[in-house]
Amino acid sequence: MTRRLLDSRNLSILVILALFLSMFAAGSVAFTNFFSLQNLLNLFIDNAYLLILAVGMTFVIISGGIDLSVGSMLGLATMISASLVEKSHLNPLLVILIVLLNGTVLGFLMGCLIQFFDLPPFIITLAGLYLGRGLCYIVSIDTIAISDTFFESAAHTQIKIIGDAFLSPSAVIALVVVALGAYVLHFTRFGRTVYAVGGNEQSALLMGLPVARTKIAIYALSGFCSALAGVVFTFYTLSGYALDGKGMELDAIATVVIGGTLLTGGVGSAFGTVLGVLVYGTIQVLIVFQGTLNSWWTRIVIGFLVFVFCVLQRVFEARKGATVVRRASPGPVATAGGG
Amino acid sequence: MPSLRPMTRGKLVWPLAALGCLLLFNFFFTPNFFHMEVKGGHLYGNLIDILKNAAPIMLLAIGLTLVIATHGIDISVGSVVAISAGVVAILLGGDLAGQPRYPMAVAIGAALLVSTAAGVWNGMLVARIGMQPIIATMILFVAGRGIAMVFTNAMVIWLYVKPFAILGQGYLLGLPFSLYVVAALLLLTALVTRRTAIGLFIEAVGINPTAARFSGINAGNVLLAVYTFSGFCAGVSGLIVCSTVMSADGNNAGNLFELDAILAVVLGGTSLNGGKFYLLGSMIGALIIQTLTTTIYAFNVAPEISQVVKALVVYAVSLLQSEKFRARVAAVFASGRVAA
Amino acid sequence: MPADAPVLEMRKISKVFPGVRALSGVDFRLFRGEVHAIMGQNGAGKSTLVKVLTGVHKHDAGEILLEGKAIRPDSPFAAQKLGISTVYQEINLCPNLSVAENVLIGRQPMRFGGIHWKELNRKAEEALGRLNVSIDVTQTLSSYSLAIQQMVAIARVLDVSSRILILDEPTSSLDEAEVERLFGLIGRLREQGLAILFITHFLDQTYRISDRITVLQNGLFCGEYRTAELPKLDLIAKMLGKELSEFRYATELAARRKEEAATRRKEEAATARKEAPNLLRARRLGLHGSIAPFDLDLGEGEVLGLAGLLGSGRTEMAKLIFGIDRADQGEVQVRGTQANITSPRAAMMAGMGFCSEDRKNEGVFGELTVRENIILALQVRKGMLKFIPLAKQREIADKLIASLRIKTPSTENEALQLSGGTLQKVMLARWLATNPALLILDEPTRGIDVGAKLEIMELILNLSRQGMGVLFISSEFEEVVRCSDRIAVLKDHSKIGELSGQDLDERKIMRTIAEGG
Repeated sequence: MTRRLLDSRNLSILVILALFLSMFAAGSVAFTNFFSLQNLLNLFIDNAYLLILAVGMTFVIISGGIDLSVGSMLGLATMISASLVEKSHLNPLLVILIVLLNGTVLGFLMGCLIQFFDLPPFIITLAGLYLGRGLCYIVSIDTIAISDTFFESAAHTQIKIIGDAFLSPSAVIALVVVALGAYVLHFTRFGRTVYAVGGNEQSALLMGLPVARTKIAIYALSGFCSALAGVVFTFYTLSGYALDGKGMELDAIATVVIGGTLLTGGVGSAFGTVLGVLVYGTIQVLIVFQGTLNSWWTRIVIGFLVFVFCVLQRVFEARKGATVVRRASPGPVATAGGG
Repeated sequence: MPSLRPMTRGKLVWPLAALGCLLLFNFFFTPNFFHMEVKGGHLYGNLIDILKNAAPIMLLAIGLTLVIATHGIDISVGSVVAISAGVVAILLGGDLAGQPRYPMAVAIGAALLVSTAAGVWNGMLVARIGMQPIIATMILFVAGRGIAMVFTNAMVIWLYVKPFAILGQGYLLGLPFSLYVVAALLLLTALVTRRTAIGLFIEAVGINPTAARFSGINAGNVLLAVYTFSGFCAGVSGLIVCSTVMSADGNNAGNLFELDAILAVVLGGTSLNGGKFYLLGSMIGALIIQTLTTTIYAFNVAPEISQVVKALVVYAVSLLQSEKFRARVAAVFASGRVAA
Repeated sequence: MPADAPVLEMRKISKVFPGVRALSGVDFRLFRGEVHAIMGQNGAGKSTLVKVLTGVHKHDAGEILLEGKAIRPDSPFAAQKLGISTVYQEINLCPNLSVAENVLIGRQPMRFGGIHWKELNRKAEEALGRLNVSIDVTQTLSSYSLAIQQMVAIARVLDVSSRILILDEPTSSLDEAEVERLFGLIGRLREQGLAILFITHFLDQTYRISDRITVLQNGLFCGEYRTAELPKLDLIAKMLGKELSEFRYATELAARRKEEAATRRKEEAATARKEAPNLLRARRLGLHGSIAPFDLDLGEGEVLGLAGLLGSGRTEMAKLIFGIDRADQGEVQVRGTQANITSPRAAMMAGMGFCSEDRKNEGVFGELTVRENIILALQVRKGMLKFIPLAKQREIADKLIASLRIKTPSTENEALQLSGGTLQKVMLARWLATNPALLILDEPTRGIDVGAKLEIMELILNLSRQGMGVLFISSEFEEVVRCSDRIAVLKDHSKIGELSGQDLDERKIMRTIAEGG
């Protein structure tokens, strides 16, 4: 039993769980009104969009890739939603469908470029970030406020859970996405292929797995999640703004990494990602409660946590590599980022 | 006098041609594009604007060229620009009368010190801990902007210390002062990389790290050096940025600079896979990007389009550099010829 | 015992690559219930033959018959479908997945639309059980030793389907106990009637496990023999492409040449300096998993040859001495003082140089010019700040280009435009520029034309005459004999003997390999 607990995969989940619990506990002790079910549920409500982004990002990173475009694709989704609903007066459900399709197709195209031409994911998705942001501005430079009733009800509905504690529809959507993601990762052949590709792509190919198809599908999935996260974001803000989602890709990557997913690929879980998002949300809430600290401290703390987890991952890796013949003066081979 | 030849190998033909095409296009289609006039002893005109606006990216590209030459990448440069601008603004500050909080030299020195430290941080992660460059520099990419915002307390800091404005807005002998800064850093880098062996070592590490190690090169030190330098360049760039607008905006300073800088280096002929690097080429690359942006402005097209255009250029260049793509195109042409 | 008709027959297989004839009319037969080893030196065609069988390459002539039916697999998957499974040296599995998943991925049992994990684990246990391996299949693959991982790989391919199992260098990373275990498994599989193709460099292992041996040499089929009926010496001779009778004559010739060279050298050494402390003195130097602890001595002006078959550990020994790999035991003395050679840089500073056998990946900087390739090590030695001025660089490069007769239009050409032989000379030039006291040459004559080979061997003799110590590795025993004052013989990753004086001939080397160890 202890061996299973100390297995590196489960160990990182335990660490992040402990981190989250201790943070939440610290907050409860330090601040009155901190400890409440609603506060816990608020973490899901306020970070629903991030949760969805992070689930998509989890798939990408487990496969050994990276997607830097998710933030601007989220923004693009908000812009298109707002524009089509307010300016073109299309049916909101149709609009949502269009937006989801758009995100998936853009992700699919990026996946094709990466897979068929052996292009490094970070360059292609970084350019995608630019592309998405530019398209956002082209839709509209100004904020588009949404007054559509469907969106408004999505924004304001409260789904009671226990007593007065409630969740928003966005939070429920996010939890459904998480559950689906977890199921796919663990119980479907596609999900297991994602892990295989991330572990050793060459081996996966030789074992007869559909590597190319899977890799492209992963980026399409990430695009879908970005679009869905954008829709959920519009429920939250009831507007479309060209700068929506700026920097969110980093938040997504950070929460995925903190959640125990290795940036080198092959290891990760949806559950860990959820914990990562909860830690992220808790840090923000703690800062708000603290009152005096700049909210940008969240970025710094997250950056620091990412650093710690990356170093730990690297140490684990190095230790495993020690069983193979050691080389003198291990000059690190600098490989092109993300490629 | 160091031989300029290593900087100007035949490979510069392509970026120069691209720049030339752009300029030619403007010559025919943009009214008054090349119009220049002298006002108050300074040169004004579109061309001057291009040079001025490209300066911050050119500075980043100098450092990034060396990093990319080692087959690495540094995506934290934009955030470091913000940090540098924040530090100098805080320390300089200046009440409305223009009295600086600290002497200008101290403020500038501190900003450069912090930026260089950021570079050392990146370098340690890559060289000593052995992290992949994209992952290592991503940490500052994430945290850097947060650090900048904390320094500036999430407020835009305005500067009133007049002398500082010279950096970004001043003129010397008719040309923008920032150009001289770029020229100085470029010259210094060229001298160091070509007059000492480090340029050769950088290329060796990028081309064949194993062979470099077998030849006795200490790859770790080389990597540490280039990332540190990249941080320093970002620091200088931050000073120019801050001086140009006499303010530091932690959120927006250096925004999206990294892709521009990477694109400039790639357009200039240095391969993302490392190896031979072309400092002058990167400068031309930065000018191409800026000319593109200015052209778009001149046509009254929404400036946001430039982002879309840049993205498409990156895709085009990536495809051209991809062997698989070239092979496929060649195959298409070959089969076409056979069929015909 | 093997059945009557072979389960696999490859007849007159030929394969040509641009510029090289990899296989010419090779025959191969494999029976059920046998272990058949393919042996041959570098360039013999072993790997090409296997690649043709497994669908990586398509043969140009000849036919492949599987149970009497002609087949032409066009991809590894096609080969697998036909029942031809391969387990490579690099275990092609996913270290991050569990053992069970590695065995069954792509064919996981499903239930209600999702993977049935319990069933998956059970099936994996079954598959491994058939190999007499019982481990916790839910643990990640990477938590097990390489030997166990290999068993998992074998279990996977056998579980998919198999009439033929190909094992490519399976024992390279295993220790003695693990090899024993693997051989036990192979024995059981053989009894179950599986046809096993075994590729290895380890001579002794071939004799332990195989029933029959097919020898290839230079793309040609040399013969198929029952292992029990082929003496080791004969096998080695065939692998090297020599007939035993040739030796007698060649040996006498070589002996006479050696005598002349030895007397010449003795005269020169007598007039030269007196006994100097040994240039290099290694005691019990070794690295677990790479090369067994060895002793080595090398004096000034001496050429020490390292002779052995492919995979015997010569490169590993050289890399250990030069600091590329870090020894985990033993010590080295350079010129009498203890030296801690922990990196190539340290080795270089101690006066050593190293020309790698893998020129492309470990030696050449393709995009750098010839001049830059040549002066690089010297520049490193001088230090980053003392940049060698361009004019001086050209001077040094020109001098070496002339003395080594390097064929290049100018010093400013990019190195990747050069031919193999020229590249080798450029590598040599690089190290000669640093004026080393000890030069290690790993296969400097491989893949270059005869004229250039002779030049290099002349050069080695000249260098030794000038007082340089040379460690010379070559797969051509004749070359080693011609150039060396003494020869260290290696086999199966350990040094098994040293020859000098009258014993310096090819036949003695082969005998040592056959009998020693």
